[in-house]
Amino acid sequence: MNDTALPAASATAAATPGFDPATRAVPRWGGLNRTLVGIELRRVLRNRRTVIFAFVFPSALFFAFAGSQDYANESVGVGNVSAYIMVSMALYGAALTAASGGTAVALERSLGWSRQLRLTPLSPVSYILVKTLLAVLLGAVAVTMVNVAGLVQGKPDMPAATWVACALLTVVCSLVFAALGVFVGYLVPGENAMQILGPGLALLSFLGNVFIPITKGTTMWWVASTTPMFGVAEISRWPLTRELDWYSVLNAVAWLAVFVGGAAWRMSRDTARV
Amino acid sequence: MTTSTATPGSTTPAIRLAGVTRTFGSVVAVDDLDLTVRPGEVVAFLGPNGAGKTTTVDMILGLSAPTRGEVSVLGLSPRDAIARGLVSAVMQSGGLLKDLTVRETVRLTASLFPGAADPDDALERAGIAGLADRKVGKCSGGEQQRLRFALALLPDPAVLLLDEPTTGMDVEGRRSFWAAIRDDAARGRTVMFATHYLEEADQYADRIVLVRQGRIVADGSGAEIKALASGRTLRATLAGADAHALAGLPGVESVEIRGDSVVVHAANTDTVARHLLTETAARDLEITSRGLEDAFVTLTGTPAAEPQEDPR
Repeated sequence: MNDTALPAASATAAATPGFDPATRAVPRWGGLNRTLVGIELRRVLRNRRTVIFAFVFPSALFFAFAGSQDYANESVGVGNVSAYIMVSMALYGAALTAASGGTAVALERSLGWSRQLRLTPLSPVSYILVKTLLAVLLGAVAVTMVNVAGLVQGKPDMPAATWVACALLTVVCSLVFAALGVFVGYLVPGENAMQILGPGLALLSFLGNVFIPITKGTTMWWVASTTPMFGVAEISRWPLTRELDWYSVLNAVAWLAVFVGGAAWRMSRDTARV
Repeated sequence: MTTSTATPGSTTPAIRLAGVTRTFGSVVAVDDLDLTVRPGEVVAFLGPNGAGKTTTVDMILGLSAPTRGEVSVLGLSPRDAIARGLVSAVMQSGGLLKDLTVRETVRLTASLFPGAADPDDALERAGIAGLADRKVGKCSGGEQQRLRFALALLPDPAVLLLDEPTTGMDVEGRRSFWAAIRDDAARGRTVMFATHYLEEADQYADRIVLVRQGRIVADGSGAEIKALASGRTLRATLAGADAHALAGLPGVESVEIRGDSVVVHAANTDTVARHLLTETAARDLEITSRGLEDAFVTLTGTPAAEPQEDPR
């Protein structure tokens, strides 16, 4: 940093100040910064498989599921059954995409990248935050695509404001599954994470009142209300159904805390060499 | 945790391990290890596989915590030292994302350290500016290693840990690598490298720390280590030498007399030399140490690896 000749007496001292801990700053936000997010975003968009998965799969699923039920036009809250199904499918799609985005950490782990990051000031929380943010972004793409599919199909019916509110809530709710994806990505080696999450999320969707309606107040309902899909599904459909119980909110918050905590815990312990 | 932080100069050790033990289940990987490395030292960490080298390095990097004992880097906990960019490491493999370009990798890493070197300068210095836009996955092993070095030097670390740093390098590459490392050490950077190339340890390290089964079995300069294990051999020309008197000197292991020449094996040949030069008419004194290879075998009980043997 200083190329000019130094007096002999200070020459040795001049070499060391940079190595003095007092002169070193710890980054703000645990290392979180725009360059990091920008590069990570570019990585995601460069991966064609991920992008196709987010753009095509959830809307295709919607067309397959929400085809020709004769009760499609029955009313639910301020809209119809078709709208209810669309919101549910958007949630499932967002959860799946967000989770798959989150599992990217599994691959990074197998490459030793997470170990490399442990040798930088980047805090585990900041790292998870970036991964989660990008996963939610992919979730948003999925939600948008399912809603576009709904518009194209023409059966879902609800006020425009409700439509938008549901979509936004769904995107926010996909956060829970982004965190789950990161967590599972750490627990399961390599590319196997999605093989667990794919069927796992489908199962949780059945259990959690996403795919098939569960009658409120039954034993099944109370079982469902403890599973991770239940709370977020209720929240996502709230603008439509105008019904939201406190335990649904508690469910969503609690599962988010479990998944975020689990992901951070696994990363802080993840130092394995490859 | 640490009371005296930020005392610049030589008072704070660059690396300090005090009574460090690390167990994995019933396996003791590192056993009550004490080690102090001064700033600006170049230390070779030498030992057979499974001696606890990797475990020790991991603890210095804060990647794992000691079961007992204390590890500090420049008076800070390893994690605090990492957060300030004071310590970094270059591993042999992994640690890179294949789908990033070389420049993106450097930019991303630099963005995590306040005051890191300029990414383009770092690429230039590492001699990989020409590869900046290439995907990491498309780079050769040697190019990836250069990238790893560029990343490790971004925060201008005070302590640099290297794991088998010159594996796969050719002779010229090794030489220029070590010249660069010596330059850095002269500026005050502390370098500790794990290796099992004896020759390299002997040639380039100020100090060799030999570990075996999680313990330090020898610690000193290459010459000291060699002497420690096998002693030295002293030859002199002396007519009518008194074999009995020579054998009676402290540290003498054997005395051979062949005509006018005397050969003495001793742990401390200095005493013998002093005696010969002051008390006798001995001349043409020659003191030689046995190879580090012998020392390694004696001290660790295993033959050292040959550089050619390494498949990478």
